[in-house]
Amino acid sequence: METMKMIKSVLASLALACAMTTGAFAAGGDVEHADVEFSFEGPFGAYDRAALQRGLQIYQGICAGCHGMKFVAFRTLADENGPGLSEDQVKAFIAEAGYEVEDASGELVPAKTYDYFPAVTNAGAPDMSLLAKARADGAVHIYSILTGYTGEEKEIAGTTLYENKAYPGGWINMAPPLWGDDVEYGDGTEPTLEREARDISQFLMWAAEPTMIERKQAGIRNIVFLLIFAVLLFFVNRRIWANVKHPE
Amino acid sequence: MGNIPQEHYEPKPGAASWVEERLPIGGLISHLQNFPTPKNLNYAYVFGGILVLFLVIQIVTGIVLSMHYQVGDEASFRSVEHIMRDVNGGWLLRYAHANGASFFFIAVYAHIFRGLYYGSYKAPRELLWIIGVLIYVVMMATAFMGYVLPWGQMSFWGAKVITSLFGAIPLVGDSLTTWLWGGPAVGEATLNRMFSLHYLLPFVIAGLTVLHIWALHHVGNTNPTGVEIRKDSIENVKKDTVPFTPYIAIKDLYAIVIFLILFVAFTFFAPNYLGHPDNYIEANPLVTPAHIVPEWYFLPFYAILRAITDDLWIMMIMPFTAKLGGVLAMFGAIAVLAFVPWLDTSRVRSTTYRPIYRWWFLLLVIDFFVLMWVGGKPAEGIYPIIALIATAYWFIHFLIVLPVVGLIEKPLARPETVEAAFNEKHGIKPGGDKTDAEASALQPAE
Amino acid sequence: MAHTHGTGDGNEPDRRDVLFLATGAMGAVGLAATVWPLIDQMNPSATERALSSIDVDVSAIEVGQQVTVTFLKSPVFIRRLTDEEKAAAEETPLGDLKDQNAQNALHPDDTATLKHRLVDPERDFLVMSGVCTHLGCVPVGEAGDFGGWFCPCHGSHYDTAGRIRKGPAPTNLPIPVARFLDENTLKLG
Repeated sequence: METMKMIKSVLASLALACAMTTGAFAAGGDVEHADVEFSFEGPFGAYDRAALQRGLQIYQGICAGCHGMKFVAFRTLADENGPGLSEDQVKAFIAEAGYEVEDASGELVPAKTYDYFPAVTNAGAPDMSLLAKARADGAVHIYSILTGYTGEEKEIAGTTLYENKAYPGGWINMAPPLWGDDVEYGDGTEPTLEREARDISQFLMWAAEPTMIERKQAGIRNIVFLLIFAVLLFFVNRRIWANVKHPE
Repeated sequence: MGNIPQEHYEPKPGAASWVEERLPIGGLISHLQNFPTPKNLNYAYVFGGILVLFLVIQIVTGIVLSMHYQVGDEASFRSVEHIMRDVNGGWLLRYAHANGASFFFIAVYAHIFRGLYYGSYKAPRELLWIIGVLIYVVMMATAFMGYVLPWGQMSFWGAKVITSLFGAIPLVGDSLTTWLWGGPAVGEATLNRMFSLHYLLPFVIAGLTVLHIWALHHVGNTNPTGVEIRKDSIENVKKDTVPFTPYIAIKDLYAIVIFLILFVAFTFFAPNYLGHPDNYIEANPLVTPAHIVPEWYFLPFYAILRAITDDLWIMMIMPFTAKLGGVLAMFGAIAVLAFVPWLDTSRVRSTTYRPIYRWWFLLLVIDFFVLMWVGGKPAEGIYPIIALIATAYWFIHFLIVLPVVGLIEKPLARPETVEAAFNEKHGIKPGGDKTDAEASALQPAE
Repeated sequence: MAHTHGTGDGNEPDRRDVLFLATGAMGAVGLAATVWPLIDQMNPSATERALSSIDVDVSAIEVGQQVTVTFLKSPVFIRRLTDEEKAAAEETPLGDLKDQNAQNALHPDDTATLKHRLVDPERDFLVMSGVCTHLGCVPVGEAGDFGGWFCPCHGSHYDTAGRIRKGPAPTNLPIPVARFLDENTLKLG
């Protein structure tokens, strides 16, 4: 039955086609994305702890002046699958950065590990908690922006815009934040522009999706389980139908 | 229960009998377990079971998510992040719920097109079909409201665009949108009622599903041949059918697990692929995203909505604006499904035996995907023209092709009975014996 | 293969039974694994768990003064006992106590002497739950027949070491896990 096969394959490909149709618009934009790969990509990927710690240093040293990170709690810097700082290191980080929160009576007191990075709104810059998920191709996009400046500037209505190959429209109003040698890495890594951009991109991906590694590990377990279960059910199904399809 | 002869349920003496005299639940369970189901159902018929499972998944994950979700201008977005980061397994619950909605729709579209292909809407299944269309409509309303709840940019602007559709209705449009919003624009009041309704409607779907299955069990399943099972005696019923348990149950379960593998792959490895990045930006009434697109499962109808523009010749003779025209076209495109039982004039149920219609059906499926694809494109350049042609075919198919082809087409020869079709497919001799050659070649279940 | 066909009962376990058993077992495991996240999501979230241990700066507390901090969503009294209060608590014979257990999370089996009630026996900090062990009201400080705490709800009297002496409460006010990180920082939990 030719048509039966046809309809079957049509139905079977429905899921795939749906997915591809949406993928077409999700990719979006006519921007240039850098060719960069991260350790967390792929089903077996994981965050690179050293890169996350360096990224935290970039965030604190460069980004935090304009960008808040209000959904990220300091305590999560100690996450096993994240930057993996010790509790004392987290406390030292808060103290060194001088983060403060209001207590019950409205007075500023030093932030505790269970407090959150502040929201920073004065510069009108987006909050960074979810930046890597709020852009298509999150981490790659952020890396591309940070390394995509051409050096050209122009002024429109009193605002300086900077040409950037990776930004939709080509002109961004964030001045180039990274140049290389912007921080002195605690682990002695050489702070080139590319290295810094990679580290902050990875860090922001972690900030946006701290449970990614847990999720992928659980995913592998689930897929393996279901595949084995499906094989068993295939044989059970065949056995059960045997007396109907092949009566003796 | 239904009009298919079935062996009478005799409860065991004692407790079972005592209960049965007061509440015939044993009879109901027995009926469901032993329900005579055509033995020749293929894998296009598994989506009903998959849909029941996904309704359960959505309700269960939804209930637990609502234990952590908060409603409010800032609270909604924050509470979703709280779920994603802090609630035990919260990321799994939310991603399963969000992707569950997508896979619910994949299954429902497969189910609908299966129904269209095999003529599952034809007498005596018109009400079964119409209840199905109603379920689909309520599903869309539920999914739309659910997408609003995280209160990201797409939530907010999607809510604004879709509720503004009602503004196109003459005379009452403005009052209606104000009433829907509970204020001068989409805001916290709107969000709050959407949460309430998003919690309520799934139970309406569950109720409609009970009616849908009730109707199904009254008239019985269709099958790929479109030939009704013989209902004149229990013996003949048994020749054409198998009891639901274990035969169909195990086959459905097998299909469910295969479908779940796809679902799990998305949920765990690409959980945001079917979503939109902009929804990870908090709702901002002052900034519209560059490109507002609904969730993929709305795209075909979104394309139809946008296809109607003022410069169309047909709009020049219509007594209303293109805005209303688009809204009417969109709702019309769904409503037309409800009339399919009467638009189809063919004597034959299954498209398998319809040599001309099958090509038109294929065109309809392609048309559906074209609409879905173009719905995600910006309304500029060649896209509006493609959208218009695809929209036109959607209506032409149901309003012209379906009635006309049924009248002029000469159907192919069909098997006498379901049993005959099944025996032929599996090489079973009418006496029940197999030929030697076929018996040695055991085929996998299919 | 033919003998395995049909739904009739086999007399001995064959491959068919093994297959069905394995599939059923896997289904059960899968179902349980699916149900677990639905249950676990109601356990305290990471936000709550992060508050299960807090540091309190006690440098500003004077002798004879009590501050109440919120710990695990309940009041915790931190009081520096005066010499008189310490003496009163020490002079009370164990036999006079209704509850002779220290009710100290760090000394679960010890008797309710003052030494076992203090965070650090060398210092004068009494840190204990501010929830009456009767029905959960918050007792009032420097009140009652024993100069300690008095619960206004049902009249339970606690002494200067927070031990129940009179009234319906069954046990002493419990002492949470607490230790000094340094001179001025008290860690609860």
